[in-house]
Amino acid sequence: MRREIYQSIKQIPREEYMAGGTGLCGGCGGLLALRLFHKALGPDVVFVNAAGCLTLLAVFPFSPFRSSWLYTAMASAPAGAQGLRDALDVLIAKGKLPRKDDLQVVVVSGDGAAHGIGLQATLAAIHRGLDFYYFCYDNEAFSNTGFQMSPASPYGSRTATTPATARSPAGTATPKQDLFELWRVQQPAFLATVSPAYPLDLMDKVARAARLRGPKLFISLSTCPPGWGVDPAESVEIAKLAVDTGVWPLKETHDGAVVHTVVPHRFRPVEDYLRPQTRYRHLFEPVRQEAILRQLQADVDQYWAHQQDRSS
Amino acid sequence: MTRDLLTGNAAAAWGARLAEVDYIPAYPITPQTEIIEALAQWIGKGEMDTRLVTMDSEHAMLTAAGAAAATGARVFTATSSQGLLYALEMLYTVAGWRVPLVLVNVSRGLSAPITLEPDHNDVLAARDSGFLQLHAETCQEVLDSILIAYRLAEHADVLLPVLVNLDGFSLSFTREPVELPALATVRRFLPAYDAGGAGFGAHALAQGVAVLGGSAYSFFKYEMQRAAEAAIVTHADICTAFHDCFGRAYGMVEGYLLDDADWVVVMSNSFSTVGKAEVARLRAQGEKIGLLRLRMIRPFPHREIARLLAGRRGVAVIDQNISIGKGGILFAEVASALCGCSAPPLLSFVGGLGGRRFHSEEFDQMLAALRDAEHQGGSPEPQLLYSAAEYAHMLDMLRIAGHVGTEVANVRPAESVAHAPSEK
Repeated sequence: MRREIYQSIKQIPREEYMAGGTGLCGGCGGLLALRLFHKALGPDVVFVNAAGCLTLLAVFPFSPFRSSWLYTAMASAPAGAQGLRDALDVLIAKGKLPRKDDLQVVVVSGDGAAHGIGLQATLAAIHRGLDFYYFCYDNEAFSNTGFQMSPASPYGSRTATTPATARSPAGTATPKQDLFELWRVQQPAFLATVSPAYPLDLMDKVARAARLRGPKLFISLSTCPPGWGVDPAESVEIAKLAVDTGVWPLKETHDGAVVHTVVPHRFRPVEDYLRPQTRYRHLFEPVRQEAILRQLQADVDQYWAHQQDRSS
Repeated sequence: MTRDLLTGNAAAAWGARLAEVDYIPAYPITPQTEIIEALAQWIGKGEMDTRLVTMDSEHAMLTAAGAAAATGARVFTATSSQGLLYALEMLYTVAGWRVPLVLVNVSRGLSAPITLEPDHNDVLAARDSGFLQLHAETCQEVLDSILIAYRLAEHADVLLPVLVNLDGFSLSFTREPVELPALATVRRFLPAYDAGGAGFGAHALAQGVAVLGGSAYSFFKYEMQRAAEAAIVTHADICTAFHDCFGRAYGMVEGYLLDDADWVVVMSNSFSTVGKAEVARLRAQGEKIGLLRLRMIRPFPHREIARLLAGRRGVAVIDQNISIGKGGILFAEVASALCGCSAPPLLSFVGGLGGRRFHSEEFDQMLAALRDAEHQGGSPEPQLLYSAAEYAHMLDMLRIAGHVGTEVANVRPAESVAHAPSEK
């Protein structure tokens, strides 16, 4: 699919809205994606945060943002966005706040808070047609508490609460819950998956979504070096492999149809993505778990076989 | 000014309307629902310039309320019982944001067993959250307390949310004459909220951020404690201004036939009206008894309570709540207020749970128990009010439910109306 606004890496604004030197882990894919996300949105933003890794961005008395930040709780960041959006609208309408002080309201949540405890508040905000952005950094576990399984943890991955054992050789035995589809049935104004390894795709989606009113929802697969067991320097490469193997399809929907925005010309084997990560090491050592590896490749093949636009 | 017959819920809705609130996140729950229904009607008809949004839970409702207040809007919301507890995480959270919203709680007993009728375990579960608490006895006081609550919450020395409590059914659904003040007078008492640039907008603001270590955490919690303490003085000033504007006087506590009383019963909320009638009856029989009604529960007016109770011959605290394994919550709080002064004998009675009615005989019994305690000393153990007739009725119901024989023996109270504490 043709990008409309961001064609070249040189078009990415040089302005930084977030300072470096935060307390987050080196190579955090969520932080990189958020940095790009913020560049696409511009400076007039208030982030409404649910408990997670990125909560540690703003630790008193420091904030890395030139924009604003409200930490809420684990379950209800979208409700905080509702109150903020409504209050801005009401105060502007009553002349109590100048229109130039208006802000774009952005929920920032990990997959742990997006899938289970926070799903109700999110679906309700989408149902109400709230004009807001939702940025979910999906590192496929409760990374902030030491990498426990979340509903977003993929089948076959090891987490602290789904260890790979003789009784449970796959580690996580359940499939990754499909947040994109859970959100899509509500017909939000804009919904997309993104990756920090594909910055032009990410920023183009945000810029095009900005033309629309209503819920604008983004899920970024976000490498977690300590949880996934990769070197921080490999963070972007791993994120790229997720896309190039077909494991993390980059797609969007805003008028009913789902469109894939980046489709590899030749899909690399899923193993290429799995092997560098220690969370999948039990699939290769001490013996190859062929059945699980075949299943993981088959799941990806089956997904793409069902996509009408795979050649776009 | 007009005078009307209003339910407690209607009076609460009028309080929000007269305060000209900007924003109301809402979620229904009995017995509060009538409040948000009335507000939705007025907004729908264009009689209020307010946005009302129905949320997906009380937890979300309080989050939205806090976020809107942090943006600079005047915010109202209401709940009851299970809803208040469902929102409890966010009560602590938004209080920490130091936002001046007003939350009405219509008291209702907590599950299990599930019930609709009132007691105060719900509102007292929120007592440590940072919300200040005003407890109303009458429908007029509900309306007045909401206006006072906004001025208190928005005061620069306080900046804490305020919870206004009224009892379900006995106040929420009971019509009483209520004076509706003129909007112009209310505006003089309560000008439009000005967050003074502290809300979200042009300049970067980080709100609710994490802290590392106990020093920073303690600092902000102590700041809240100091603000709550400051609310004692601020509330008194506001009540003076309220009296000047509307002619009605309120304090942190209310004394009824208290000045020369030897014996005092301490109560709160609408059941105080029952207590006052009993005190008047006993006065007519020559008993020097009075009543102290607790109106402001947070901040807790220790000094005022100690001043009013010290030197009495006996004090009975009647709790319409129960801390399982401890007893009456307000008894413990009143007892702590009397620490370090010449405390009178103090007795704890629990009654009125789940809307249970008080009986005149129970007040006779409590007075008799106070006389005994004057010589034998008080006991901190709670006395659980339950009548022989209730017990007989309960046994009938247990039999209908299929229970027979031994298992009911465990719940049998003492022969007297009030369960006697163990002898020293």
